[in-house]
Amino acid sequence: MTHRREWIYAWLLLSPALVLLFAFTHIPAISTIWDSFFSTPRGIRPSKFVGLENYEKLLMDDTFWQVFWNSIWYAVVTIPVSVALALLMAIWVDGKLSGRSFVRLAYFAPTVLPLIAVANIWMFFYTPGFGLIDQISGALGYPSVNWLGNPELALGSIMVVSIWKEAGFFMIFYLAALQSIPPVLREAAAIEGASRWTFFRRVTFPLLMPTTLFVSINAVINSFRMVDHVFVMTEGGPNNASSLLLFYIYETAFKFWDTAYASTLTVVLLVLLSVIALGQFLLLDKRVHYR
Amino acid sequence: MTAMGRNAAIEVRDLRKAWGDQAAVDDISFTAPAGEFTVLLGPSGCGKSTTLRLIAGLEDATSGTVMIGGETVTHKAPNERQIAMVFQSYALFPHLNVAENILFGLKVRGVPAAERAERLQRTAALLGLDTLLDRRPSQISGGQQQRVALGRAIIAEKPICLMDEPLSNLDAKLRHEMRIELKSLQRKLGITMVYVTHDQVEAIAMADRIVVLNGGRIEQCADPRTLYDCPASVFVARFIGTPPMNILTLAPCPGGLAIAGDATALVAGDLKGASYYQLGVRPEDISISETGGVSATVEQVEYLGSDLLVDCRIAGQPLVMRASTQNAVRPGQSVRLTWSKQRQHLFNGDTGARIDAHDGISLSPSAESGGSDP
Repeated sequence: MTHRREWIYAWLLLSPALVLLFAFTHIPAISTIWDSFFSTPRGIRPSKFVGLENYEKLLMDDTFWQVFWNSIWYAVVTIPVSVALALLMAIWVDGKLSGRSFVRLAYFAPTVLPLIAVANIWMFFYTPGFGLIDQISGALGYPSVNWLGNPELALGSIMVVSIWKEAGFFMIFYLAALQSIPPVLREAAAIEGASRWTFFRRVTFPLLMPTTLFVSINAVINSFRMVDHVFVMTEGGPNNASSLLLFYIYETAFKFWDTAYASTLTVVLLVLLSVIALGQFLLLDKRVHYR
Repeated sequence: MTAMGRNAAIEVRDLRKAWGDQAAVDDISFTAPAGEFTVLLGPSGCGKSTTLRLIAGLEDATSGTVMIGGETVTHKAPNERQIAMVFQSYALFPHLNVAENILFGLKVRGVPAAERAERLQRTAALLGLDTLLDRRPSQISGGQQQRVALGRAIIAEKPICLMDEPLSNLDAKLRHEMRIELKSLQRKLGITMVYVTHDQVEAIAMADRIVVLNGGRIEQCADPRTLYDCPASVFVARFIGTPPMNILTLAPCPGGLAIAGDATALVAGDLKGASYYQLGVRPEDISISETGGVSATVEQVEYLGSDLLVDCRIAGQPLVMRASTQNAVRPGQSVRLTWSKQRQHLFNGDTGARIDAHDGISLSPSAESGGSDP
């Protein structure tokens, strides 16, 4: 009797969260997949089943491929760089350092700022002629550079902004993990004559693996999810040089109103993210030691 | 082995460690002889762990010298001091298995793999860890973790081993077993051991020599028997022994000194130099007699199985005695207590320092003529 009641209670307690999850996550996800097999309804023409036509169109779409590779490049560069930078900064501010709290605050500040504000700050840095970078390089005798207007530089410039923002956020996780490593381990290693590098390689880094896994999954998600700075700084330009997958989905859905094609693009993004997350878990989980 | 030789004595001279104007270790000097078991004993905060860390090189001395095997090592790195160390929390690397933990130091020092395997095999056999080598520290018991920490210290084959309260995280039974095992291991390997503990039973049971610390200073440095029989101060007298030694305030009386409020003279002779004196008697040295001695009132009787602890008062001053369970003492009863003159201790009330019987002072009181001394 009590068993049955507990079963009911369990479902009752779970139901609010389940309802929200289904209504706002699972149903939209499934309907997106469903929509990707239909044509976009326009005017008097209702949507009709088109099978894989949208996917065929996708494979032929040069803009899609450019945006796809942009996104991959963006992830491949920003994730390792921001994670490595976060680890370096965390090790630095974990040490004995005067004004340590100030440095920690300074590193964390970009995380607190909204990405829109960050993007605006960097717009000022990048502005050709009187932007901060050009003023400094001009003073040193270098020519002016249009960081956001040059198709070869725009994506790189965007990457720098997101690394700047993300590294401070990840640093906090690394710092917390570093501070949970008992100092006595360092002393035990010192007695054995382990150098700082050996200690880092054999003890600190392995003990940080759970944090590295967590941070890198977050970094992957963020690298595909955050496009605010693209909106503010380049709008994907010039000539789609700095457009990312999510930004392209937004453009397709809400500028060109091609909702079926946008659904198709979304499915691609979902598959991409799932594959990467799964790969990370399978690859890293074996090497992660949880305490 | 190195040129330093297998046997390395540790000598600490005028060692001082202060944080700001707060001295944790205040000008201490002692020697831990080669191949002996030296215990640093004291209450928490007495500076015993700091002293050990200074010897290990994990802290930098404010002043003074640490010498190992005749060589000054005060400012050398821990790994240049020929020491191994076992920490209170064991400091095992949680992500490495037992074998990797034990081998950590050898790998760091680049010992060839064949020799590593051979030494691991030997150490594991010595400590009974053979079957646990591929387990993680979280998968073995506290006692086993303790052995792994010990293994990491032993495999290094350093002549000196420092231990910081290594048994404090174990339960009473295991602690007793490990105590015996540690002591025999130290003898077998001929290691110079410096061992920190706050547990006087542990110290007495294991040590060849005990350094009692209090407030960053050495109270007494002696072998366990001397420490028990001739405590150098009230602090040592109270710290060693369970229950601790009774300390009674003395007052002048005709013929010498008596317990304040009582008339029986216990100390005879001419005493000068202190404003008051204290008498120490161990609970196990007191006995109940029909006549003579000092009169006392029984307040409480605690039955311990093997014997009784009897709480008494002599003229208002509390005193504990250990009595045989044959004694039928009851609370409220008046008894007469006696003890041997050799077993009573006199202390300077101002400084707490021991006063030994010498010319003019006699610990054989006039009360003795009353038949209190067997």
